[in-house]
Amino acid sequence: MFGQHEASLALRRRLRLAAVGALLAFSVLLAQLWILQILQGREMRTLSEENRIRLRRVEATRGPVLDRFGRTLIDSRASFDAMIVPEDARHLESTTEVLAQLLKQGAAQTQAILDQAAGRPAFQEILVKRDLEWDEIVALETHQLELPGVSLRITPRRSYPYGSLLAHTLGYVGEVGKQEVERDWRYRSGDLVGKSGVEREWESELRGIPGGQQIEVDALGRELRVLSEVEAVPGNTLVLSVDLDLQRAAEDAMGEHLGSVVVLDPRSGEVLALVNRPSFDPNLFVHGIHGADWRGLTEDPRHPLNDRATQGQYPPGSTFKIIMAAAALEEGIINPFTRISCGGGFWFGNRNFRCWKKGGHGSVAVHQALVQSCDVFFYQVGQRLGIEAIAQYARAFGLGLPTGIGLEHEKAGTVPDPAWKRRRFRAPWYAGETVSVSIGQGYVTTTPIQMAQVIAAVATGKRLRPRLVRRIESPTGEVVREIEPEEIGTLPLRGTTLLQLRSALADVVNTPGGTGKNARLPNVTVAGKTGTSQVVQFGEKRPKSADLPWHQRDHAWFVAYASVDDPEIAVAALVEHAEGGGGAVAAPIARTVIAAYYRLKEERGAKQYAQH
Amino acid sequence: MLSIDRLRIDRRLLEHFEWPFLSIVLLIAGCGLLTIFSATFVAGAGVSPYVVRQAVWIGISLVVLLATLSFDYRRLDRYGIPMYAATLLLLCLVPLLGTSGGGARRWLPVGPVSLQPSEFMKIALVVALASNLHRWAGGPRLALRRLVGPVLMLAAPAYLVLAQPDLGTVIVLGAGWVAVLLLAGLPLRLVFAAVLVIGAALPYAWEHLKPYQKQRVESYLHPQSDPLGAGYHARQSKIAIGSGMVHGKGYLRGTQNQLRFLPEQHTDFIFSVYAEEWGFVGTATLLGLYIALLARGAMIAMKARDNLGALLAGGLTAMIVLQAVINVGMTAGVLPVVGITLPLLSYGGSSMMALMAGVGLIMNVSMRRYVF
Repeated sequence: MFGQHEASLALRRRLRLAAVGALLAFSVLLAQLWILQILQGREMRTLSEENRIRLRRVEATRGPVLDRFGRTLIDSRASFDAMIVPEDARHLESTTEVLAQLLKQGAAQTQAILDQAAGRPAFQEILVKRDLEWDEIVALETHQLELPGVSLRITPRRSYPYGSLLAHTLGYVGEVGKQEVERDWRYRSGDLVGKSGVEREWESELRGIPGGQQIEVDALGRELRVLSEVEAVPGNTLVLSVDLDLQRAAEDAMGEHLGSVVVLDPRSGEVLALVNRPSFDPNLFVHGIHGADWRGLTEDPRHPLNDRATQGQYPPGSTFKIIMAAAALEEGIINPFTRISCGGGFWFGNRNFRCWKKGGHGSVAVHQALVQSCDVFFYQVGQRLGIEAIAQYARAFGLGLPTGIGLEHEKAGTVPDPAWKRRRFRAPWYAGETVSVSIGQGYVTTTPIQMAQVIAAVATGKRLRPRLVRRIESPTGEVVREIEPEEIGTLPLRGTTLLQLRSALADVVNTPGGTGKNARLPNVTVAGKTGTSQVVQFGEKRPKSADLPWHQRDHAWFVAYASVDDPEIAVAALVEHAEGGGGAVAAPIARTVIAAYYRLKEERGAKQYAQH
Repeated sequence: MLSIDRLRIDRRLLEHFEWPFLSIVLLIAGCGLLTIFSATFVAGAGVSPYVVRQAVWIGISLVVLLATLSFDYRRLDRYGIPMYAATLLLLCLVPLLGTSGGGARRWLPVGPVSLQPSEFMKIALVVALASNLHRWAGGPRLALRRLVGPVLMLAAPAYLVLAQPDLGTVIVLGAGWVAVLLLAGLPLRLVFAAVLVIGAALPYAWEHLKPYQKQRVESYLHPQSDPLGAGYHARQSKIAIGSGMVHGKGYLRGTQNQLRFLPEQHTDFIFSVYAEEWGFVGTATLLGLYIALLARGAMIAMKARDNLGALLAGGLTAMIVLQAVINVGMTAGVLPVVGITLPLLSYGGSSMMALMAGVGLIMNVSMRRYVF
């Protein structure tokens, strides 16, 4: 084939035909240009000089966010903004002066408008004032003739009726960033977008599709008529799994404490309530937050903007003993009858690792070790298990990885092992560090949502992904998408091990010597585990938490589920820098939440949770 | 890859350097630079970064062009398909690693810049088709069973590009594909029949789409951000072109452009900017340049020393010319608005680089006409 010295005759003939075809296409184009530029040129020139058709965007109403029973957690209400088109205002300065009087604005604000007008094309609208009061709207309407180029724009405005309740999870909206505008054509500068929480993660569902109007304006810029219109499509409705009543109960239970409460349905992974303290009011962000408010939030040493439930990483303390007991039973390090003697301390290397109980627990097996939260028992068990096995089981329970609840910046916590320490500190692992990890201290850290997932998994044997959104509905109320429970895996434990754990956790709450007796309820059997995690390492003499400066006090944990026989609620409560241990401070919070759950269930009738 | 040595050794190659074609291409690209300057001009803001970037891209593209001259195009008989496969792989990476812009995920970050694999696919597809079909392209008619490969070659990238979504590029790929197959001997009747069948099936299919699917199709058809954009912009574009009248409003004095009545001024609607400023004199001259490109490209194809060269040069010329015709037709209101750039004139690095590679291959065919 390569021997030939020219292309085949047939091919050349087709090439010639194709070229002629293309020439024909070009002549059509030339003809059209002739028509446009020469025959209609004069008319088109006039049209371009009198181009008075403006495109106006009509914002889509952002979709509401509801709780599982359809109560509004986030809403959009109509708000009126005053706009001005500089090109259409006869004398911009005098017009802005009239405006300033009507809207009670100072000279500085008027100047800011004039400055903005100098910086961009004269036909572009400038925002004069957002969210007008009713009397201001009336004033503008009545003085319309003195205000050429001024118009009212109706935009939906986000509102968070419950303020700081569930604020971190719901998130807030703010003006879209410059980069996003450049990257994504759906955004215009000035658009509101979800900046955090559900508002951000579900932005594409909530946002809707903006519509538009073609508007003809007269020589003064007053609108003559709408030439055509495409209506905006409102955003979809998100139905969360959160129960507003239970959320309120959990918020109340938390009182003035700092920290977090996570409430899950262990059967589905649904988040029923999620408390973060301290909190903030997302309504502050709706109009663009003021500098002082923003500084107040960011400079507060208690970090109110932190979503502690998913981003706070705390040593799990004794709640980690659940995992230790599971690992030891499963690996055959101990059996249910293996007794270890606790004399109040454990010498390892040349250091004394103390038990929280000075006098010691005497000889205990795993059941009592959990019930009384004996440290020495788990020091020994941990030392025999070794750090690798501990890390392996911790990961099997879901620690060391984000749960995937679907909130930005979720933290993974830390499951330490020698490889991790080499990477992180370029230092070898010391056996003494394994001893600390055995009681949930040292390098191991977890988030409250992870611990809630751990206790839910103990209750059911299965790990489900925590889930915030149950359902997406169209603006007309049709179901667009149901979000199904997602099982991540099962715990790698024998049935007997699970039963052993559950019976011990039930006794933590329900026997006289149990550390979690403050979580006991008369009509429901609660199972749980306390934890008190140290923030600062002390020597031999450890002062009482309440005597320490606030930021050195221990964190108090309580993880629980109920009921033991038919688990339907799992709770992780964490109180930062508490005045007492997990049993004293966190357990009563969990109890209140669980009690509220069963009270609400009874009030609603047993089936309602399942139906909704 | 770039072997200047080889160029230097083979004096005959230099003697036959394809100056005319390159000159036409550079003239169009020069017009592009001038018009991009105007389209992105803001009084008092100096030279816009777009102009600088486009100039740099033209420079880089010329190096790529030299590279595509450095080897004998007949090697594409073997390497055409692997090159196509590599481009397809890049295209597959876009949904995984790509970055978004203008509502679609089209770009692949490569060091400091982003490349748009779909632009390279336009060239790679023609090369692959030519290397696949040239053995059978000599006869009066292409056997239908030869279509299996080419159909797959189009379907894979078309699917990926449609998912980005980028309807404009899919249309260009499709049009280029039809052009190469017609050159290779696909009966014209068959194309007409296909168009008729699809045309008849469309309304029926439309009825059976779910509302959200319809919405999606509509958003393909109206890629602009304004829901009224399609009609509005088509109209504003016609006003811009028409108001240029015979001599134009003068450089940097197009009001439709400067007052931002036009969308995508430096890419899809750059022709409107140009037409407003230079009038019919300018548009006729510019179309003249494209016609010259067509004529020279067709001549190179007809004088090629073998079928592969003819298909390559013919197909690549068709790809460039078709895109130009569709773009101008769209801005002038002859065709519906889809997102297609004006080749060699519009702003865009990947597009320029891919086009220059194509130009290089056309020149390659021309220059190796006498090398046996």
